[in-house]
Amino acid sequence: MTNLAILIPVALFLGAVGLIAFLWSLKSGQYDDLDGAAERILIEEEAPLKRD
Amino acid sequence: MSCCAPGSQGALDAAGTGAAGPGAEEIRLASRPVGGGLMQTDLAVPGVHCGACIQAIERALGGLEGVTTARVNLSTRRVSVKWREGALPPFVETLNRLGYAAHLFEGGETGKDPVLSELIRAVAIAGFAAGNIMLLSVSVWSGAEEATRDLFHWLSALIALPALFFAGGIFFRSAWSALGHGRMNMDVPIALGVALAYGLSLYETINHGPHAYFDASVSLLFFLLIGRTLDHVMRERARTAVAGLARLAPRGAMVIGQDGSRDYLPLQEIRPGMRLVIAAGERVPVDGTILRGHSALDCSMATGESAPQDVGPGAEVRAGMLNLTQPLVMRAVAVADKSFLAEMVRLMEAAEGGRARYRRLADRASALYAPVVHAAAFLTFAGWLAATGDWHRAITIAIAVLIITCPCALGLAVPIVQVVAARRLFENGIMVKDGAAMERLAEIDHAVFDKTGTLTLGVPQLKNANQLGATTLALAAAIAAHSRHPFSRAIVRAADGRAARAFNFDSVNELPGLGIEARLDGATWRLGRAKWALQDTCAAGTALSGTVLVQNGRTLAEFRFEDQLRPGAAPALLHLGEQGIGMEIMSGDSQAQVDAVADRLGIAARAAGVLPGEKLARMEALAAAGRKVLMVGDGLNDAPALAAAHVSMAPATAADIGRNAADFVFLRDNLLAVPLARDIALRAGRLIRQNFALAVGYNLLAVPIAVSGHVTPLVAAVAMSLSSLIVIGNALRLRTDKELLSASFAGQQASDAAAAPLMEAAA
Repeated sequence: MTNLAILIPVALFLGAVGLIAFLWSLKSGQYDDLDGAAERILIEEEAPLKRD
Repeated sequence: MSCCAPGSQGALDAAGTGAAGPGAEEIRLASRPVGGGLMQTDLAVPGVHCGACIQAIERALGGLEGVTTARVNLSTRRVSVKWREGALPPFVETLNRLGYAAHLFEGGETGKDPVLSELIRAVAIAGFAAGNIMLLSVSVWSGAEEATRDLFHWLSALIALPALFFAGGIFFRSAWSALGHGRMNMDVPIALGVALAYGLSLYETINHGPHAYFDASVSLLFFLLIGRTLDHVMRERARTAVAGLARLAPRGAMVIGQDGSRDYLPLQEIRPGMRLVIAAGERVPVDGTILRGHSALDCSMATGESAPQDVGPGAEVRAGMLNLTQPLVMRAVAVADKSFLAEMVRLMEAAEGGRARYRRLADRASALYAPVVHAAAFLTFAGWLAATGDWHRAITIAIAVLIITCPCALGLAVPIVQVVAARRLFENGIMVKDGAAMERLAEIDHAVFDKTGTLTLGVPQLKNANQLGATTLALAAAIAAHSRHPFSRAIVRAADGRAARAFNFDSVNELPGLGIEARLDGATWRLGRAKWALQDTCAAGTALSGTVLVQNGRTLAEFRFEDQLRPGAAPALLHLGEQGIGMEIMSGDSQAQVDAVADRLGIAARAAGVLPGEKLARMEALAAAGRKVLMVGDGLNDAPALAAAHVSMAPATAADIGRNAADFVFLRDNLLAVPLARDIALRAGRLIRQNFALAVGYNLLAVPIAVSGHVTPLVAAVAMSLSSLIVIGNALRLRTDKELLSASFAGQQASDAAAAPLMEAAA
């Protein structure tokens, strides 16, 4: 039982971290322009663009 | 940057044909302050399609005076520019110079979609919960000892709670509102099944029972939400693509004040009696009377007439007409809400009944399905109670029946096919507004076509170019290049490619409504109406009509024009005819023009000079006769008929309200989009019926097992996932008809080649 008491919280915690990271990325608009993001990695920029 | 040549990209290029874009006042009106002395303008740029485009646009716009940021969204094909209040930077000019058409779009919202965010959040939470609970369940299924099992059940209950709250909420709300209206929808059995499964499992957990259905209820939500999210994405994509098309109705007009001052006022502030300036290339904003100026008006959008009309002082004009050649001053006689446009909107609203009566396939299925399922569960409960007298056992088995019959596959059966079908349509430049439209398109047995702008491109074409000498044509083109009249443009287009000698005319005068006069070394050429061009000579026996080129009173050439058929029009109608669909043409244009097109396409049923109200009445008459009618049209005058038809299609070049009223909008010129869309709709209908059969078959197999009390959570989880996967896999089989597809692509080039012999035959 003791290993369960450690492993289950760890598993749930890691899952929750992933979930929260996803929700944050969703909220910060990273899925608004998926096609654009795929192309932008190929653009060389002199200065980083400001995102709005 | 060769890949960015305008027109190299198929899907959206029809939207940007030749439009110079909105004026500065119109852009200013569409901009909104975002705080800190900054203004934001959103423009649709249908031509962007790669990284180089993004970079070129952002760099060019960002470098303009006063612009703080410019950001391209490639998915929605929009650019959003922030600029400091003050002088308006020349966005549209800059974009045009780079080779991109730009225009304002409907609504002007920011592009954020709160519903999609909620759905994705719900999918994420349901996915997290389903994954974790499934992991715990696997160890329970593989025989965990009692204490561990109870612990895992409690953990599962805990994890399932937020999923039930966030993800399940969407279904609970929908089911509740359906029940509130006394209706049944697919969400009622889903909500009931999920809630009861959770309640029972919680009871089991508290009483240390061996079976809990947390995994089933949460993974059910997860699967269903995926279907629902895809469905939403499909509709939203079509909506933004349609909204991104050029706005054809003006946002406002230049008003001349009492003191001669000029102000650009929004449409709502224009009152009867105001004097308005309509520049060449602008649309008439409200009904009115011309005060000053002569020009040609393109009425095709308002009335369906293909030939441009000459207007002068005293002429009445209607909202939606396009001023072609010279600036006009007009007096408004009606406010925007009482103009021709508003009249069309009123007719449309009155007409909307037919479509509202249609019930979606899924809703019809669930109206049958839900009572059967609920009755089966209740009978199971009653049966077990009577047989064993064990309340707990009877309830457990009844709920197992509910879970196993929960319409997971059924809920996915329709949306997943429609999502795949919408994807296929999108690849072919056809936008579908919602899934129900596809079901309705599959049912049609009659098609009504508008002529101008639908069967034809609405652009006059020089018909007898082959009979004219190359020099004459080059001369005519050199004169015609000075005018924006559609006939002049047709001559310039026809002369394209031939060696055009440079003519340095001493003077060129355009006389609105008459023609163009050019002088060179004492010679005078007149290109225009025969009556005017030949008025100084008394050439007996010459027909004084049509368009001619005259040199010092001697006729050099006569020009005949004809509206060009839309590419693919003939094969499209042929294909529909083969499928046994009745066809007719209904146009506001003159009988002669309608006959010319109808004869070439071989359609016997035709009506000319039809008013918008009469088009609507015809739709209602056909509907009353039990026909399922597809209406294809583009003009303002078609909008009421588009709204009244069983299902409707409009080209991307259609009037704004027509586009909004239509269920389908096709972005390419080719009319083969119509049979192609119908073909995909029919195939989708077949797959949906197959999916229903699969789902029902699964239930016939699973229900006896559930009723006999042999369903454990493991069986439920496996059976449900399997049936969902089968349904999804079946939906992915949807393909497009290879022949139609290649014809609609080849048509683009073939139509040019085919046009030449057709013209000769007609001449």
